[in-house]
Amino acid sequence: MAEKPTQNIHEYLAEFEDIPGTRVYTAVRARKGYWINQFAMSMMQPENRERFKADQRAYLDEWDISEEAKQALLRRDYNALLDMGGNVYFLSKLFSADGIPFAEACSTMTDMTWPEYRQMMLDGGRSPEGNRSIRENLAAAAAAAQNKA
Amino acid sequence: MAKITAGVGSSHVPLLGVAVDQGKDRDDYFGPIFAGYDWTREWEKNEKPDVVVLVYNDHASYFDMNIVPTFAIGCAERFGICDEGWGPRPVPDVEGHPDLAWHIAQSLILDDFDMTIINKMDVDHGLTVPLSMMFDKPAKWPCKVIPLAVNVVTYPVPSGNRCWALGEAIKKAVESFPEDLNVQIWGTGGMSHQLQGPRAGLLNREWDNRFLDMLESDNDDVRHIQHIEYLRETGSEGIEMVMWLIMRGALGKTVKTLHRHYHIPCSNTAIGHIVLEPAD
Ligand SMILES: [Fe+2]
Repeated sequence: MAEKPTQNIHEYLAEFEDIPGTRVYTAVRARKGYWINQFAMSMMQPENRERFKADQRAYLDEWDISEEAKQALLRRDYNALLDMGGNVYFLSKLFSADGIPFAEACSTMTDMTWPEYRQMMLDGGRSPEGNRSIRENLAAAAAAAQNKA
Repeated sequence: MAKITAGVGSSHVPLLGVAVDQGKDRDDYFGPIFAGYDWTREWEKNEKPDVVVLVYNDHASYFDMNIVPTFAIGCAERFGICDEGWGPRPVPDVEGHPDLAWHIAQSLILDDFDMTIINKMDVDHGLTVPLSMMFDKPAKWPCKVIPLAVNVVTYPVPSGNRCWALGEAIKKAVESFPEDLNVQIWGTGGMSHQLQGPRAGLLNREWDNRFLDMLESDNDDVRHIQHIEYLRETGSEGIEMVMWLIMRGALGKTVKTLHRHYHIPCSNTAIGHIVLEPAD
């Protein structure tokens, strides 16, 4: 087996922030979102789902979650929750408690309606073209602006 | 002597389990997906594997954020079915093979893979959906299963290179088990998909098919694909494909492709499926 060059952890993690519209679930996010995710896990027990549905705010107040995150959970603002360290596999326990299909919940994180999103998937999904790198997109936009000028 | 006789790659999208459980697997939406598994179902009936080493990931179902094992091997007699929030799937419990599982675990640890040993675990769609795809709806699964759970959720997840090497070590472990057993190894998850953020819905047919080509090849270039490439090209959840490399690494240098299938979409995901036979 060829000797593998050791990877610099800082460079490894920095690259993740260059992907458009994506929050990679790094250790920093996992630590920040620990209780959001553990709360979401609790939705797997029917007793907890019932108590949550009866009084969402009261149930959330039992958890060590910031006010900002509680508000985002009440609004089902999944992009805000990803920023606060939520992970989609955990948050999906809340989609299912709400009785919403996974793909419909995903559509709420995009700029599309659920029917538009579903149609995009039937048409072959979102293209990776122009969606690979924030850096590349900025460079391409700058080059295009220069050509125009 | 036990022997790895074949490797299977397959997506494990939860919606496929729902389609089987609700009898929708031949409708207009799911029909083309399941048609691509008909060949494999017939083939499995003849192959009759004794044991499947089933590489998959838990999706915050049995494991929460309290314990995050990178590589975990299930050594129990039996594995229950997870309730993922809407009741457990109506499928049979999964029977383990503790003798072979413990043998593999010990052999891997001696080979420098620091495995987590699991003696009690329920398994989620990552493991049960591939069983349904390959075996349909039997009253009892036709083989024993050794679950091998990989962390592909919390970063850093294991590298493709490490996954491939683990596959090589599994092959060595299986081949040193004295009993005659027909063992298959399955790598599951993927292919391209992203379930989160404004970029949700990303699929990459071209990249996925190149990945399948690389699995068929007799060089091991595919093990060197970096995490960042999976993330950029195949969506944040496409990283599950590193689990296919454990399967491929366990088949030796040269393989023969018996079957291959690709379909877009299933819910948010590109479906991929491949059956490979060691040909060294
Ligand atoms: Fe998965």
